Order: sequence, then C-alpha cells, then structure tokens
Amino acid sequence: MTLNDLLHNLDSILPLAVLVAWSCILLIVDLFIPKGRKGWTALLAAVGLIVSLGLTILRVGKPTASFDGMVINDDFSSFLIILFLSSGLAGIVLAYDYLKRMNIEKGEYYTLLLFSVSGMLLMSMANDLIVVFLALELLSIPLYVLAGFARPQVESEEASLKYFLMGAFAGGFVVFGIALVFGATGTTNLTAIFASIGASIANIPILVMGAALILVGFGFKVAAVPFHMWTPDVYHGSPSAVTAFMSVGAKAAGFAALLRIFVSAFPALSTDLTMVLWAVSALTMFLGNVVAIAQKNIKRMLAYSSIAHAGYILMALVPYGNSTVSSDTISAALFYLVAYALTSFGAWAVVIALEKAEGKGLELDDYAGLSRKYPLLAACMAVFMLSFTGVPPTLGFMGKFYLFRTVIEGGYLGLALIGVFTSLISAYYYLRVIVIMYMRDGEPEARREFWVQFTAALTAVLVVLLTLFAQPLLSLASQAVMLTY
Amino acid sequence: MNLVLHPLILTTFLPLVGILVILFLKPEWKNAIRWVALLTSTATFAISVVMLTYFQVGNPDIQMEINTPWFNFANWTIYFHLGVDGLSILLVVLTTLLTPLSILSTWTAIEDRVKEFMIFFLLLEVGMVGVFVSLDLFLFYIFWEFTLIPMYFIIGMWGGPRRMYAALKFFLYTMAGSVLMLLAILWLGINQGTFSVTELIARGGIPANIQFWLFIAFGAAFAIKVPMWPLHSWLPDAHVEAPTAGSVILAGVLLKLGTYGFVRFNLSMFPNAAVKLAPWVAGLAVIGILYGAAVSYAQKDAKKLVAYSSVSHLGFVMLGLFALNAQGIQGGILQMVNHGLSTGALFLVVGMIYERRHTREMDAFGGLWKVMPIYGALTMIVTLSSMGLPGLNGFVGEFTILLGAFGSAYISPWFAGIAAAGVILAAIYLLFMFQKLFLGQLDKEDNKLLKDINWREIVTLVPLLILFFWIGLYPKFFFNIMAPAVDKLVTIIQTASVIP
Repeated sequence: MTLNDLLHNLDSILPLAVLVAWSCILLIVDLFIPKGRKGWTALLAAVGLIVSLGLTILRVGKPTASFDGMVINDDFSSFLIILFLSSGLAGIVLAYDYLKRMNIEKGEYYTLLLFSVSGMLLMSMANDLIVVFLALELLSIPLYVLAGFARPQVESEEASLKYFLMGAFAGGFVVFGIALVFGATGTTNLTAIFASIGASIANIPILVMGAALILVGFGFKVAAVPFHMWTPDVYHGSPSAVTAFMSVGAKAAGFAALLRIFVSAFPALSTDLTMVLWAVSALTMFLGNVVAIAQKNIKRMLAYSSIAHAGYILMALVPYGNSTVSSDTISAALFYLVAYALTSFGAWAVVIALEKAEGKGLELDDYAGLSRKYPLLAACMAVFMLSFTGVPPTLGFMGKFYLFRTVIEGGYLGLALIGVFTSLISAYYYLRVIVIMYMRDGEPEARREFWVQFTAALTAVLVVLLTLFAQPLLSLASQAVMLTY
Repeated sequence: MNLVLHPLILTTFLPLVGILVILFLKPEWKNAIRWVALLTSTATFAISVVMLTYFQVGNPDIQMEINTPWFNFANWTIYFHLGVDGLSILLVVLTTLLTPLSILSTWTAIEDRVKEFMIFFLLLEVGMVGVFVSLDLFLFYIFWEFTLIPMYFIIGMWGGPRRMYAALKFFLYTMAGSVLMLLAILWLGINQGTFSVTELIARGGIPANIQFWLFIAFGAAFAIKVPMWPLHSWLPDAHVEAPTAGSVILAGVLLKLGTYGFVRFNLSMFPNAAVKLAPWVAGLAVIGILYGAAVSYAQKDAKKLVAYSSVSHLGFVMLGLFALNAQGIQGGILQMVNHGLSTGALFLVVGMIYERRHTREMDAFGGLWKVMPIYGALTMIVTLSSMGLPGLNGFVGEFTILLGAFGSAYISPWFAGIAAAGVILAAIYLLFMFQKLFLGQLDKEDNKLLKDINWREIVTLVPLLILFFWIGLYPKFFFNIMAPAVDKLVTIIQTASVIP
C-alpha cells in the first residue's frame, strides 16, 4: 500500500479517523484539567463530535469504498453516523450536570463515550465481518466501563459485570458465526459472501448456521427476546445518562450491523431466516410490552419499552429478502431509529431531571403531580409517552406507520396485526405515566438544570415538528441506500 | 382562493391562534383565558357560518376543496386534502357551535387549571373539525387519533372520582378500533396506491371479499366510537366521569365521528359489503335502541340516564344509515345533528343542577319547578326535543329514519317496527326523569334555596332551543343541504348492490 493509497483510504473514513484521534488526544489532555473543571473535557468532547458531524455532512451523497472494500462510506452509513454523533452529543449534554450531582464526575466519562461512538461509526461502515467484530468490541468495551461508572454503588457494579459477561457471551456467538460463514464461503467480505452465494459455491447449511449465530449475537446487543435478560438490570443499574446513550447508541449500532449484513450479504438466505426473524420480532414486541406493565420503576419500565421497540424495528427486517421492499426495510428501520432516539433521549432527560442520589426519585409514584409543579417537563414527558405508544401527531406514529407498511407490503399481515395489538398493550403503561403526572397529586422534585431541560424541550418539539413536516427526514431515510459494488 | 384565508382552513385551525394566545397568559388570569377561548371559538363558529353561505346547495360534490401534496413516502404521496360536502358540512357547523357553548358552560364549573383546560378544549375542536373535513385517509387518521388526546386529558384531569379509570378505558377502547382501521388504511395504500377518499370512491372496484374485511376493520373503529351495542361499555364511564363540557362534546360531536365515519368511508368506499352486512348492522342498531332505553330507565343518576339514552339514540342513527336509501341516510345525518343538539343540551341541563347541588341522584330532587321556573321550562323543551315530540327536531329525524327503514330494500321492515318501540321507551324514561326532578313536592331543604339559572346559563341554552324549533318546523333547509350528496351516495350503493 503506497502512501497515496493510505491517504486516500484515510480520507474516506475521515470522520471516524478524526474522532478516534480526538479521543486519544482528549485522554491525555484530560489529565491536565483539574478536578472540578471537567466541564472543559465535556466541551472538548462535544467539539470533537461536532467536527466529525460537520465532516460527515459534507460527504453525504459521495459513496466510497476503501481498505480493499472492508469499509464502505455510503449514505446508509452517513445517516447512521449522524445519528450516532448526535447520540454522543446527547450523552454528553445529559451527563454534564448529572455526573456532578451524583458525585461521579470524572473526565474519563467523556473519552470513553467518544471511543464508544467511534466504534458505532465503524460499525455502520463495516463491510467485512472482521471489521464488524472490531467495531462491536470498540463500541462495547467502553460501555461496560461506563455502566459501572457509579461505583462503588452495588447496582452499578452489578450492571457493569452483567453487561460485560453478557456482552462477551454475545461476542462469542458473533465470532463463532463469522467463523462458520468464513468456512462456508471462504471469505469474510460481505460483498464477496453475496457473490459466492450467487455463484453457488457456498455451503448453504453451514452458512445458515453462521448467519443464525450472528443474529443471536446481535440479538443480545439490540435486546431482542429471548436474548434480552440483561437489559432491565443493566439499564436500571447504570447511571441514567449512560443508560440513555446506551439504549439508543448500542441498539442503533446493533441494527446497523444487522441491516448491513443481512441486506447486503444474506438476501438469498431469507427463506430460512425470515421465519426466525418473524418469531423473534413477535416475541420481542409481545414480551417487552407485557412485562413493562408490571414495572413500578421508570428505568425498568423504559428498559422493557426499549426491548419492545427492538421488536418493532426487527419487524422491518423480516421481509428483507423481498427485493421490492428491501429498500423500504432499510429506510423504515432508519426512520424508526431516529424516532426512537429522539423520544428516548427526551424521556431519559426527564428521568434524569427527577432522579436523586442513591436511586431515589425513580419510582413511577415519584412523578405524581409533576404537571402542576413542572408543567414543561410533564408536557414533554407526555409527548414522549404518546410517541412511544405511536399516537399521532408524533414521530413514533410516523415510524410505526412506515414499519407496518413495509411489513404488509412484504406480505406479513399477521405480524403487522401483532404489532398493532402490542402497541395497544403498550398504551396502557405509557398512559399510566401521564395519568400519574397529570391526574394525581404529589410533591415531585425536579432539577432545573439548563441542559437537561433543553434536551427535553428540544426533543419534544422535534418529535412533533418532524411529524407535521416529515418530508426532510423521510427523504433522508429513503435516500440512505447501501452502496453495493 | 388564498390558502391561509380559505374558510375551511380557518374553520379548522383558527382555534390554534387562541391556544397560542392562551399560552402566553398567566395561569392566574382565569377570566382572560376564558374570554380568549370563548372569543376564538365564537369566531370559529362565525367563520363556519360564512363557509355555509359559500356552500352551493344542490351540488353533490366536494366543495371548497384544498388538495396539495404534504409529503412523499417512498412511492406514496400524502395529500393535505380538505373539503366539505352535504354529508359533512352540517356536522362541522354543529361542532363549531357546541364548542363555544361548552366553553360558556364551564365559566364557573372549571376553576382548577383553567389554562390547560381551555388549551385542550380548543385542541379538541381542531381535531374534531379536522376529522369532518379531511379527505385523505392518512390525514383523516391523524385527526381521528388526535381527538383522543385532549379528550383523554379532559376526562382524566377534570372528571369525577373515577376519572382515571374512565379516561384510560376511553383511550384504550377507541384506540383498539383505530389500529384495525390503520391496517385497513395501509392495505388500501398498498393495493390501491392512493389515500384520496374521493378517488377511492370514484374508482370503486375493490373485490367484494376484500371489501368485507375492510368494512369490518373500518367499522370496528367507528362502531366503538358510535358506540354500537355491544361495544358501548366505555361510554357510560366516560360520560359520568367527564366534566359537563366534556360530556357535551363527547355526546354532541365525538360520537358523531363514528356515525360520520360509516357514511363517509364504509358506505361509499365499500358499498358492496355495506349491502351485505346491512341487516347485521341494523340488527345491532335495534338491539342498541332497546337496550339503551331499558338501561336508561333503570338509572338513578340523571347523567347516567342521559349517557345511556345516547346508546339508544345513536341506534336510530345507525338504523337510518343502514337502511341504505335516501330517506334513511338523510334522516340519519339529521338525527346526528339532532342528537348533538338535544343530548348536548340535556348534559348542559344536568350539569347546571349538578353545579348547584353536587349530586345527580334524581331522588335528591323533586318539585324544582317551584324554585327554578325558567330552568324547568327550558329543561322541558330539551326533554321533549330529545324524546321526539312533533314540532321539535327529534321527531323529524326519527320519523324520517323509520320511514327509510320501513321502505328499505336491504333490511327487513321488522327492524323499523321494533325500533319504533324505542320512541315510546324514550318518552317513558325521559319523562320519568323530568318528573323526578321538577314535579312533586319540594320537600328537600337543600332544594328550597336553589337559585334559578342566570343569564350566562340561559345564553348557553338558547341557541340550541332555537335550532330545535328551526329543525322541527322547517327541516327542508337542512335536508336541502344534504340531499344531493346523499343521492349520489345512494346511487353508488345501488350500483354496487346489483353486482353479485
């Protein structure tokens, strides 16, 4: 590889390269920032994300492949990269006051976050199973540490250990799956895998097993049933700002990998895999929503809700092998991810505003009377709950509309029926939050921290406005096609 | 016509201006908030009346149409498509009329969180008018589901003791039907490639067996909203717990969204299935008429009585619509308006006494006429209108419906025969209520000091009373407005019925 090639390759992954370099430098710079002034680290980390964001936006619409086709930079990845970088920003903004208040303010938080975001960026561009695995580890390991950031609190340590063990376990599945796929096709490059299936030189039974194991591994990451067990405990135990970032970023990265791998390498296997996806999606929607009803702690409730939403997104993946709807599969999933991300960050911002030290202020009953004392926060939370339920005019509704459309077009009316009925079940527990906030009296205490309130208000406005003026986001999602070559 | 100053846009979205103003008022300025809400909704009513003057009587088609692309959705285009015709315009005016009257009725009844109340109330108006005027299925669904949110808050925040249960039940019941409709809408979008109601109607040609399922899916949403027996059980809870203004709008307009849905979508888009299912729907309607009347008679709480009477009255509407002939449908539409006026007025009347005594048990009253003569006289007219006395509005509606049902080629005349008994039953339970409240001895101490209704309350009722007489004595004005559109609809149904 000549220097020229190297520069060309680096250029095509510039946002990622900048972010990784920035994180490494920030790790050192942070050492010189005195304790109690870690706001500077937060600011610098945010600047890094924004620079990377700017570079990404400049490159939209210019797809390139680099590193011998191992990394692809296309509109699909750009869309997700923008989502990941924004999630990183939200993770910083939500943590800024929260860490101080919880007495766990350390500069490492921001660097770890940047490393995790870098992993997500790489994940969305990975066109080779080895790169997928590297990205998976790069995004996960900082998250394991972040989950335990509130040590020596037992819940946080438990969350960290549990997440690590489960994550390692899932990583094992992915590696084993990759090995089988390599054995069946002789390559780990997604494009080459597709070609080898087309040329019928692949060993299909082993390939299907490999694909299924990869699905299992990412099933853990996106918290799909039956691989969801870790989610409630980890979401509950981790510091809320971490949970917010994790519940959006890690899930979206998992889906980025699933979409890229399945749509670009395994469309031919859909006859075998679609039924599995169907069942996993249906179970996930059902279990997530039903168990959420029983939750009394808002963090656990949101954890189960995030499981349910993984099920909805998986629904889009079910007809992925049907070439007439496969482009809708991608854009519906991406659109829903944005809807889910905005709604989640908003909801977590409200949770953070009400959380007190030692895990207090997290019971649903602590929200009683919120609408009288903090009308703005309560109104935002009501919007998020309605959006999670999928009631218009919110982004959650648009997302579900697109998902259901894709599924019905793909010929799975039954799954769409399960989808709408589980949404109905979900209305029960989401509305209960509104009932408690608006229709019961209580003495809630919330922080009036600027950044938290700002996040809640901004996401609430976006959730409604992006529905009424849906064209830009819809166009972006539908143009976010994958580069195939 | 200019898009912003278009009468339909103004009628639909003007309340938003009021909301914007209210948002900037302090919660303590309760009277200012009330006045802003009242003036905005009155202005909306005035504009809707202006719109009525633009309306060309005799034109069966959609008028004052606005049709502009809203957004693209893969290969679908969603249109911002509004318009009115003879089927919907009266309901629009009914909505804009009942809203200011309801707001007026809350003047002293709602003291807590007035700001939020008025915001939700005006939002509700936007949603309701939006449902009646939207002609794109996607847009329609947005408005349809949106009406749930403010009503949910109105019941849940300002309702009676069991308000949380009632609000949740209301939301879940209605949403259960709506999600089925959503799937049907998606099916239409995928297989017909358009969401335009007018185009779907004009094109026709949906296979009969599929029409059946689409009819069921749309019908489920509408039947719950109407509510048709046996899907009515959310209604008494919602009504009893809702504040007076909420009940007026719930009975007056929200229930009409269901019956309107049947006319606009089920009858016109799936005429084949409508013809096949007409006897079943009519059967449920007749059961509803008798059941609602019987249960009303058994009530001790005046508001519950009125609530169950809605089940009975809307049974009439459904019977008329599914007679599937011009008389039946015209009667059905007129009866929608009538029920909105009469039952709205009944809820107002019950609310007035509740505000004074904080009870609605009919046994707690008696002989009220002696202390509240004006109130008594007005209540009597309202009661007579609701039970269908000739010369008042209810009679015209019910008579036309029965006439249509007797002459229908699609349902047996027996349905009309049995339904006629409902008219008598209505007289029994309504007079029974009137008697318990106003006649007899004034023997309860609490009642002796009651003050008669004041000017504000009279003003709330008078517009409704005028309309009772207007519709009762000169219904031709109203029939003329809807007749061409109904005839067009009947032609569609007749054409469909000859196809096996």
